Amino acid sequence: MKRILIIGSTSAIAEHCARIWAARGDALHLVARNEQHVQVIASDLNVRGASEVTTYCIDLNDTDRHEELLNVADASLKGIDIVLIAHGTLSNQKSCELSVDETLQEIQTNALSTISLLTLIANRFEAKKSGTICVISSVAGDRGRSSNYVYGSAKAMVTTFTSGLRQRLHKSNVSVVTVKPGFVDTPMTTEFKKGVLWAKPTTVAALIVKAIDKNKDEVYIPRFWQLILLIIKVIPSQIFKVLKL
Amino acid sequence: MTNSTKIYGWGRYPQQDAYLHAPTSCASLELTAKQQNSVLARGMGRSYGDSANALNVLQTTYINHFIEFDKVTGKLIAEAGITLREILEVIVPSGWFLPVTPGTSYVTLGGAIASDVHGKNHHSAGTFGQHVESLSMLLGTGEVVTASPQHHTDLFHATCGGMGLTGIIMHATIQLLPIRSSLISQKTIKADCIEAACEAFESNSDATYSVAWIDCLSKGKSLGRSVIMLGEHAEQGGLNIDIRQKVSVPFSTPSALLNSSTMKAFNTAYWYKAKHSVSQTVSLIPYFYPLDAVGEWNKLYGKKGFVQFHCVVPKLDGVASMRKLLTEISNSGEGSFLAVLKQFGIANENLLSFPTEGYTLALDFKASETAIKTVKKLEAMVVEMGGRLYLTKDAVMQENTFKVTYPNWEKFEAIREQYGAIGKFSSTQSKRLGLA
Repeated sequence: MKRILIIGSTSAIAEHCARIWAARGDALHLVARNEQHVQVIASDLNVRGASEVTTYCIDLNDTDRHEELLNVADASLKGIDIVLIAHGTLSNQKSCELSVDETLQEIQTNALSTISLLTLIANRFEAKKSGTICVISSVAGDRGRSSNYVYGSAKAMVTTFTSGLRQRLHKSNVSVVTVKPGFVDTPMTTEFKKGVLWAKPTTVAALIVKAIDKNKDEVYIPRFWQLILLIIKVIPSQIFKVLKL
Repeated sequence: MTNSTKIYGWGRYPQQDAYLHAPTSCASLELTAKQQNSVLARGMGRSYGDSANALNVLQTTYINHFIEFDKVTGKLIAEAGITLREILEVIVPSGWFLPVTPGTSYVTLGGAIASDVHGKNHHSAGTFGQHVESLSMLLGTGEVVTASPQHHTDLFHATCGGMGLTGIIMHATIQLLPIRSSLISQKTIKADCIEAACEAFESNSDATYSVAWIDCLSKGKSLGRSVIMLGEHAEQGGLNIDIRQKVSVPFSTPSALLNSSTMKAFNTAYWYKAKHSVSQTVSLIPYFYPLDAVGEWNKLYGKKGFVQFHCVVPKLDGVASMRKLLTEISNSGEGSFLAVLKQFGIANENLLSFPTEGYTLALDFKASETAIKTVKKLEAMVVEMGGRLYLTKDAVMQENTFKVTYPNWEKFEAIREQYGAIGKFSSTQSKRLGLA
């Protein structure tokens, strides 16, 4: 039985990871903003076989409460083996372009709040010399594109931060897993036209759990995104800037 | 909501543009429903025709949480968007099974109730709705009520089998069936014509499960030759469930691949492969859901999709009626590789529930003008025989057929009126069939 802290547990991807862990009989501590929603998920995970489910409600931009969040999680789970950080918002690029406040808010939610959590968790895991930290970043962080560079740059920060953290914590026996999903068919993306590049949250979740099981470093989910991003990254800026992506 | 999406049922015919809304909780479902003039709840989109099609669709598949499962009493409460497959995964290892299950596990709980689905045990267990203890429903008025055989009885019997037209099912309480093993003891009987097949159903009416694969292309003496599969829950063998999907059809196959020659070859091979009176033990999943092993098998019919003809004819003169239908089908030469025959038990009180006492036949036709003509011809024959067609499979039925063969439709409309459903919940099918 693993003791798992899930931050942003009402996100579709996090919820499906939680279902896999529940079926394995793991103990789960769910952190989310919406009390009613997280309670529904908690009851569900109980039925699906979780050995224990506890919850904690917080707006994750309230970074002053992050220490307390971790103390409660640690007490509820009696020690933490795995942390999954999955919260975030899908930024509206167009309205960000018109508003400094909104742009900074998106960076706060998608990057800074995660950095705050990672800083605190890293120190705890480094001290006890064990644990796995999994962060959901995005393929959008690999190269800025006009259609979503605010979100993308926030994710780029997360990817770079976790890369450094992985090096630092390696000698302390702590794994840092950075997952970069491509297009995921979630409630957030219902309006989008879906093509072959789209993956179901169940598929994405299964691959994330597998990456955690295998202590992977940085994974594209599904794998084919690695090839797509490889191509996108080598396009010279002279050409890239005129592309519509 | 700006973008529309192409939606269609399992038959991939007909298709239409729709605005999809995907609430993630009952609270957001209530809010979304309130904001729309007319909506329809839609689950896995596994009904075949246009019964889950509408301009404004509330996709329920994210509202798929278990609420409570009592392992001692077998009472299960879950949100309507959960699939039967997910339910099986949780209940089978604890020694419980669905009291009634359709031929696919990829349907939602809400969809199973709205279609009042039946299974291989209809003759003994009735329909899915007969095992529902209560429903929590969002009405057209915005009110949330509990409907059960005791409370809002009229609403309950209109909703089970009501095709989502009475309101939106948010969660349901069902009573599960205890099992000792996840294995099924299966016995196969070969019947070389339709008369022998119906006789086999009659003489095996004490079997818990019975269904037949029927060759709809054979003619003459072997018209309606069938392989009847009887089943009982085994007593031993453990409680295991392996629900992994094995293969998937990646894209629509060229529809020419399924033509009368290949289908005839398949049916003949199936007939000769089956062995008479052989007993064997099989796992629950392949027994109840053989086609679930092939993901998206509907794509086998090509881009244009297919229509299914699923009828029931009364027991009185049932064999003769079946012979007439089968003669028509085999003469058309268009029936597909998968046809199913079964004997139904008595009808229930649900107003639009499909099963009535008699014989039921289901088969696919690759969508084409001639196929639709054949289906319409069969429809007229069924009306003549006093039978009816299954709303969940239908894509082409005429308004008049519906109103004649579902005589409770006026009562159904009165209940919809009473509970504020008229104008609020409708489907492309309900409009075609002349429901308000």
